[in-house]
Amino acid sequence: MALQAIAFYLMAAVTLAAGFAVVSSRNPVHSVLFLILAFFSAAGLFVLMGAEFLAMLLIVVYVGAVAVLFLFVVMMLDVDFAALRQGFARYLPLAGGIGVLLALEMVFVSSTVATRGAAHLNHTPQASGAEDVTNAEAIGRVLYTDYIYFFQAAGLVLLVAMIGAIVLTLRHKPGVRRQLVADQVLRTPKTGMRVVSLKPGEGVGE
Amino acid sequence: MTIGLSHYLAVAAILFTIGVFGIFVNRKNIIVILMSIELILLAVNINLVAFSVYLGNVTGQIFAMFVLTVAAAEAAVGLAILVTFFRNRGDISVDDASMMKG
Repeated sequence: MALQAIAFYLMAAVTLAAGFAVVSSRNPVHSVLFLILAFFSAAGLFVLMGAEFLAMLLIVVYVGAVAVLFLFVVMMLDVDFAALRQGFARYLPLAGGIGVLLALEMVFVSSTVATRGAAHLNHTPQASGAEDVTNAEAIGRVLYTDYIYFFQAAGLVLLVAMIGAIVLTLRHKPGVRRQLVADQVLRTPKTGMRVVSLKPGEGVGE
Repeated sequence: MTIGLSHYLAVAAILFTIGVFGIFVNRKNIIVILMSIELILLAVNINLVAFSVYLGNVTGQIFAMFVLTVAAAEAAVGLAILVTFFRNRGDISVDDASMMKG
């Protein structure tokens, strides 16, 4: 139990420190790398709670896809990031005050909920519903039966997002000659050839 | 001392607050704002998984999966809009993003 406490405090501290470094570091590339660290240690917290499948999903989806996407965009855009940080010191007191207030409120509310609310009888984590079922299997049993329509809808959300991202970023440069299949198919003998009457002994003259 | 539900909820609350703080403090840098939104969604996911585990009900983890899906879609579309905006304007300052005058 002591080992669990040590692991929890270590990973919670790393998560929070990395999260703070995301919002406060000067270089956005460092921000993205700290974001990856925060996701990794949050995945460790998930494993500690007994949600292994979601932990692996967090690493695959966030670290493998979203964070790399961020990294690509940050490195691709040629932006003067120093100019974007001008208001940092000005907004710091206001944001700090609001942040501390919000954190205190939410910690109080959540500790009250945890000690007196719905979950106060379960002091030990229960990884999944049944004892002999792994976490991934428990998720699969519920996801593909009760939540199958929501699962399909999630797929549609991803499809629409993919189409939207492609439509937004695809562009045709002027001056690049492209094959127009529709124009080629729509050619008729009338537009594609012309009949020239020639006198014998003279060329076409072109 | 045992690690209970309230510990995880406290971590999620502080992480959420860091995300909100990041949105306030980096008002001009839209990339860091998007990353702060990812932090906020991560905090929400920690909350969902903690309640799911401590209530012995797997539904919370499924909801966390859907949140993950929407977060990935949101990041993709947001970054695509950002790239388009950068192509049109040459910089990504949020204060100047009033071309459409809605």
